This record gives sequence, structure tokens and C-alpha cells, in this order.
Amino acid sequence: MATAYTYANSNKRKTWFWLIGFVLFVIVVGYIFSRALDMPWILPLAVTIAIIQSGLSYWSSDKIVLSISRAKEIDKTTNQTLFRLVENLSIASGLPMPKIYIIDDSAPNAFATGRDPKHAVICVTTGLLNKLDKQELEGVLAHEFSHIGNYDIRLQTIIVILVGLIALLADWFVYLRFFGGDDDNGNWVFVLIGFALALLSPLVASLIQLAISRKREFLADADGALLTRNPDGLARALEDISKDKEPLEVANKATAHLYITNPLKDQTDSKKSRFSGLFDTHPPIEERVKALRDMAL
Amino acid sequence: MFMWIILGIIVLVAVFVIITYNGLIKLKNRVQEADSDIDVQLKRRYELIPNLIETVKGYAKHEKELFEKVTKERSSLVTGSTAEKVEASNALTDTLKSIFAVAENYPELKANQNFLQLQTDLTDTQDKIMAAQRFYNGNVRDFNTKLQVFPTNLYAKMLGFSEFGFIEAGETEKKNVEVKF
Repeated sequence: MATAYTYANSNKRKTWFWLIGFVLFVIVVGYIFSRALDMPWILPLAVTIAIIQSGLSYWSSDKIVLSISRAKEIDKTTNQTLFRLVENLSIASGLPMPKIYIIDDSAPNAFATGRDPKHAVICVTTGLLNKLDKQELEGVLAHEFSHIGNYDIRLQTIIVILVGLIALLADWFVYLRFFGGDDDNGNWVFVLIGFALALLSPLVASLIQLAISRKREFLADADGALLTRNPDGLARALEDISKDKEPLEVANKATAHLYITNPLKDQTDSKKSRFSGLFDTHPPIEERVKALRDMAL
Repeated sequence: MFMWIILGIIVLVAVFVIITYNGLIKLKNRVQEADSDIDVQLKRRYELIPNLIETVKGYAKHEKELFEKVTKERSSLVTGSTAEKVEASNALTDTLKSIFAVAENYPELKANQNFLQLQTDLTDTQDKIMAAQRFYNGNVRDFNTKLQVFPTNLYAKMLGFSEFGFIEAGETEKKNVEVKF
């Protein structure tokens, strides 16, 4: 019999598998590019620039996300019920009290951001507060707490760095091939593989990014249910949110993977093939609800 | 040569025992910290009760028995083991429910802002006690697991460690939260 513990553990294993695969992929691509172009300095240089660039965004990415989502911070007096639910979950999870932000939008949704639990932010829309009951809201908040507790926020940053690096390598490769001059350098087989990778790598990189994001959603669902001891609350909340067809105006493709369900609402076609599912930022709601309902907690 | 192998094994075993010992101490401290977290919330509840009684007394003088019962239960919030205190807090919640029910008969009390605030505060402290209890039980589970796994279970007793008990919720809570492991 599967319990929430086995779900959480298998999700953690799968995430590590993806992460290690991702790192190996970056190393292989970097190596092939440097061989194909016969420029061994490409790999370290690309790594350096990518780290400097993303280092800057690492420290302020939460502020950027909150400001483009037009979120405002609240305190205990503004919304006592919400504040207390968060306070109680902070006690139950043993995590520091996060800051609470609200987006004034009637589409129900929520996300968590920040670089670690001490600098975490939970953000909900007014639509979420109005459309869900207390148990459902607690389920959603517990899901966000799990993202904080599992360091998903930091993981996302790591992935942004890795994906950024691959895109950068691909761009440079194409640029150097055409404008780099000396065509006799490099092995022809490597050049061909390099071209194929230059075309494919940005695609593969974003596929992996999406896959990690989807695994994290299942894991946060499982851990959230463990925190409230009430998988049904989150299951009902997910059903309610998915029934609501209104898109969230302040969300875009870059921030979509942060939210508890896809805020763009562009996946209305239920007869999608397995392949098109690869491009979703979130697993199908039905699968998440089923996983929650199957938990013998 | 044989001596060195024996010596090597002894050193390895010693290192292993030291590592597990330190790990157990860390988890034990976490359990104790979680235990005092429950106390903090119980104390808050303890301090809220006199305010409630004062406020209700102003409107409903004749509910003497209820007041006495609450006062008695209040004192058991700070005496005994944590499990006993949590149990007392659950009993208090039931008595408070009857006070809130009584308040229905006094429209002025029901409209009193102070009373309404106390009502939400008292419900909230009970939620917080239950949250702290969940955190405590989670830490106890981690500690007990570490204690029970092989080979730690062979020498944990000799190092002076013993399992912590879970704090079970009151009967009323058990009905709506079925926990199976």
C-alpha cells in the first residue's frame, strides 16, 4: 500500500535522476562544441558567463517575479484568516514564517518564491481567497510550503542557470561556425553532431526544465498532504481551480511554472497526445487529484 | 598484519558509533525543541482564558458552573506531561464550545467585539497546538526510526537513548483525521 511517504521518496529520486541527467547533458554538449570548433576554452568561458549572469538574477529574481505579478505584501491586520493559516502551517512544518503577498485578480492561483526558507514568499490571488473554503485554502498553502521546504525555489534557480547555459552555447556555436573564419579546424563528425545539437539543445533543455517542474508539483502535492493530514482539501482545491477557466492576466510563459496550476489555461483540449503533454508546465489536474485521492494517509 | 586489520575494524566501528550518536543527539534536541513549541502555544491559551471569563461574566453572570469548569481545566494546561497538557487542552476546547453556545442566548455578548476576537484567538491557539503537535510527532517519527534501524538498535540503549511516544490527538480529532502508516 502506497503512503504519502513512498510518494515523496520516489518523487525525490526521480528529481535527482533528472538533475544529474541535466548536468551530464550540459557537459556533453559543451565538450562536443569545443571539439567541433576546436576551441577548448568554450566550455569554461560559457560556464563563467552563465554563472555571473544568473548570479545577479539569483539574488533578485523573487523581487522581479513579485513586481511583474503586481503582488502586494499583507500583514496580520489585512487578512487575519489567511495570516493565521500560514502561521499554523509554519508551526506544523517547522519552517520560518514566510512573507505573504496578494495579487488582486479573480483567477484563483498561488505560487511560492524566494531563494531559501528564510527569504520565502507565498503569493495568492484574491480569487483564490474568495473561491476556496478554509480546508481547500489550507491544502493550497501547504503545497506552497512544501515547495519552500523542498528547496524547489532554489532548484528552479539552478535549472534556470543550466538551461541558460545550453541556450548560450547553442547561440555561440552557430555564430562561431559562420563568422569564426578558419573552416579547416575540427573533426567533421563532431561538426555535424555539433550542428544537430545546436538545433536540438534549446528544445531538449526546455523539455527537461518542464519535466522537473512537473515532478516538483507531484512532490509538493504529496508533502502538502502530509503536512495537513488532509489530502482531500488539496484535491478539492485543485478541482475547483481547474474548473475555473479564467486566465491569470499577470502570469506569462516565464512565470507559469511557478504557479500551483497552469495560470495560462491554454490546455483545454483533453484529447492531447502523449507528445504534446511534454510541453506542459504542470501535470494534468486529473492525475494530481487521482494521486492525492489514492494516498492511504 | 592481523593485528592491524583488527585495529582498523575497531576504529571503523568507533567512527560509525560516534557518527550515529551525534545524529541521534541532533534529532533528540529537535524533538525537545518541538516539545517546548507546544508549551509556548499552551501558555498562550492559558493567558487568554481569564480575559474570556471576564468578558463573558459581564453579560452572563449565571453560568457559574461553566466558569469553574473552565478555570479548573485552564490550570491543567500547565501541569503534567506534554501529552497530558494537550489532552487537557482538547477537553478545554469542548467546554469552550458550550460557552460559545451559551453566548448565543446573550445578543449583547455575541456582538461584543472583544468577545469575538477572543473566540477567534482561542480557536486559533487550538489550531496552533495541533500544528505544533504534528511537528512534534514528525520529529518523534524521525528520531524513533533512526533509533530502530539496524545496527543502531543494537547499542542505542547502551548510549542512553530511548524512544519518544507520539502525542495522540483527543478522541474528537481522531474521528476526522484517520492516520495510517
